Amino acid sequence: MKRKHKRLTFVMIALLLLGVATALVLTALEDDITFFHSPTDVKTKDIGEDKRFRLGGLVEEGSVDKSAQPTVAFRVTDGAETVQVKFTGQLPDLFREGQGIIAEGKLASGIFIADEVLAKHDENYMPPEVADALKKSGQWQGDGDSDKETAK
Amino acid sequence: MMTAELGHFALILALMVGIVQAIVPIVGAHRNDAAWMALGGPAAMAQLLAVSVSFGCLMYAYMTSDFSLVNVANNSNSLQPMLYKITGTWGNHEGSMLLWVLILALYGGAVAAFGRNLPPTLRARVLSIQSLIAVGFYLFILLTSNPFERGLPAPIDGRDLNPLLQDPGLAFHPPFLYLGYVGFSIAYSFAIAALIEGRVDAAWARWVRPWTLAAWTFLTVGIGLGSWWAYYELGWGGWWFWDPVENASFLPWLAGTALLHSAVVVEKRDALKGWTVLLAVIAFSLSLLGTFIVRSGVITSVHSFAADPERGVFILALLLIVAGGSFALFAWRGPQLKSGSLFQPVSREGALLLNNLLMATATAVVMLGTLYPLFVDAMGLGKVSVGPPFYNRVFIPLMVPVVIAMGIGPMLSWKRADLGPIMARFKFVYVLVIGAGLIAWYSHAQGPILAPIGVGLAAWLFFATLFELSERIKLFRAPLSTSLRRAVNLPRAQWGMTFAHAGLAVAILGMIGASVWKVESIQVMKPGDSVAVAGYDFTFVGARKGRGPNYWVTTGAFNVTKDGEGVATLYPEQRNYFVQKMPTTEAGIETLAAGDLYATIGDEDNTKGEGAFVTRIYFNPLVVWLWGGLTLMVIGGLISLSDRRHRVGAPKRHAQKASPQQAEA
Repeated sequence: MKRKHKRLTFVMIALLLLGVATALVLTALEDDITFFHSPTDVKTKDIGEDKRFRLGGLVEEGSVDKSAQPTVAFRVTDGAETVQVKFTGQLPDLFREGQGIIAEGKLASGIFIADEVLAKHDENYMPPEVADALKKSGQWQGDGDSDKETAK
Repeated sequence: MMTAELGHFALILALMVGIVQAIVPIVGAHRNDAAWMALGGPAAMAQLLAVSVSFGCLMYAYMTSDFSLVNVANNSNSLQPMLYKITGTWGNHEGSMLLWVLILALYGGAVAAFGRNLPPTLRARVLSIQSLIAVGFYLFILLTSNPFERGLPAPIDGRDLNPLLQDPGLAFHPPFLYLGYVGFSIAYSFAIAALIEGRVDAAWARWVRPWTLAAWTFLTVGIGLGSWWAYYELGWGGWWFWDPVENASFLPWLAGTALLHSAVVVEKRDALKGWTVLLAVIAFSLSLLGTFIVRSGVITSVHSFAADPERGVFILALLLIVAGGSFALFAWRGPQLKSGSLFQPVSREGALLLNNLLMATATAVVMLGTLYPLFVDAMGLGKVSVGPPFYNRVFIPLMVPVVIAMGIGPMLSWKRADLGPIMARFKFVYVLVIGAGLIAWYSHAQGPILAPIGVGLAAWLFFATLFELSERIKLFRAPLSTSLRRAVNLPRAQWGMTFAHAGLAVAILGMIGASVWKVESIQVMKPGDSVAVAGYDFTFVGARKGRGPNYWVTTGAFNVTKDGEGVATLYPEQRNYFVQKMPTTEAGIETLAAGDLYATIGDEDNTKGEGAFVTRIYFNPLVVWLWGGLTLMVIGGLISLSDRRHRVGAPKRHAQKASPQQAEA
């Protein structure tokens, strides 16, 4: 094969690869990223029932219902609106009423069915790996929800 | 005790030596002044000594619980077991940065000690560049992250090491991780030195190889430890979450793997020089990027970073200088690197080039996913999170051709190869692959169809790798004694490749099992209750309260039986640490070849009965194969490292000695 043709082959393969990767990335960016919404967003916007997202806010006082363990029901509020949440599983140890949390899941008939709940952890400084690990174990530190009210 | 001040002073001393080492040898190389160039070696050793003293002083402060140091007061406690007092030295930001520079100095000293056969100009340049990086980090520590700050009056007791870090897996994770991605600094220094010199050749590739191998091997261990920790600590059997912090270590690993393979082509065929030099720069730049992501607070949220940007901005500046400067240098001097031989697309070089392309694309895609949320947040476009759905869709499809090519590549000859006949020789392997896929499909007929396909791919890689080995030692084609003799005389790098590639195949099998075929069951159980999961019966015996060295603990007990036969007893724990009042969950795990029996206990729930607890029970198939596969990969790396050709010392360049005006342009 002539040198010119060889170079062309390599370039074609590289472009093909790039094309495939770009297509995958663009599709993924559309379908596979998880957005963050506050209870107000949920009540005012039309978020579809099969769209996975994160709901953040405070656990409303007096709303925690553990009568159907291991499924827990509680309401999340941002001061303006509240959303009913149902979660089956082990709640993070710092979960309590009045605590900031982020729940990840989908809406079903107006109720948010969560498969992951992270509770806000009040620690001044912690190494990002630990913050990361805490996040994974169900506790989370960050200012996602408090920002939301003003940032929108 | 004055040890803290001694440690602080030693660090400043290291900085001074570092500045000298960063300037004198490289100027000496330019002016061909032997005395100036020779300064590099002793200077590197002096730096290593100074940093070791500094680190030792910090560790001493931890071991003696010297709470007058702010760092120790924030991260230790007198009740802590001694092991965690020691590992607490690096279990915090300032201490871990000191570990970073210690390892940087260690590698610099190693090059000085073992690189005596390098041409003086190259050696001088490498040591200078290494020192330049060190100076950047010494300044970072001394100006923004000083572990030796005193806080007076000293508190009576410390705030305790974060309970999540009081664990053997996570305690040793940073040293291995740093030995890994700080190790890529050597490949980087060699690359920059080569660009300055204007020459990359087979000898250069042979010198770079052991350092890259060592870094890659350690990084694999570090990532594996982190994953293993996540698996047993976080309570639901997950082992990889595509979190920014995990990705921060995975990105240099991907680039490092590509670098390792690309360097082989430079060494054997004098080609792919530009790629290799670029990959060395990229691998280390990604290490710095990772450090930036993890240390700047930017992942918690861009806003918290903006609130205290001092550290983040410093590292970002370092990253931009290193990466930007290197790419500029590459653009300027890259064309000087003339390629040696030509090769056909279908050849071993072609396969390795394809590997470079695929790995580079995969790296770019993971980087995109990691940085995208930061970008969106910084632009004020809201908060998004990019997690497993994104990476599963994007990363896995890119890895499929890699796995396929890994089976074929080693069978291809250099320069040009005939694909047809080679693919035909795999007949027996194809049968095994289809068999494996069918077994996987039969055992989990309700599972996703992609799982048996994945198992088939893993089987392909495994058997193709073994097949290549058997061809090379002429197994079944020559007398057994001949085969054995050939096996023993195979170069270690060959064995290393076999172990590493086969190890990856085994690990992939573990990954599929642990992710796709996992069985979960969450319920409230009273003592005596039983639940069936994946054919095993888990009976909750009860829970008992107790006390550890620095925590309260509730320990549960599960009897696990299968068809009435006892299999194991699991003891999950819920710990509550005194000082930080933080709870942690320790899972009860029994590892079987087919999978892990895994149980945790949660909240007590007396409404359901006396002594009832929320319990989570899992069967995680094939997890041990994941750790086993990673171990095989590490063994492969170590076998390659032990190659005699590396130990006899760096080979001398054949043609000429470092001649005066030759390389300067």
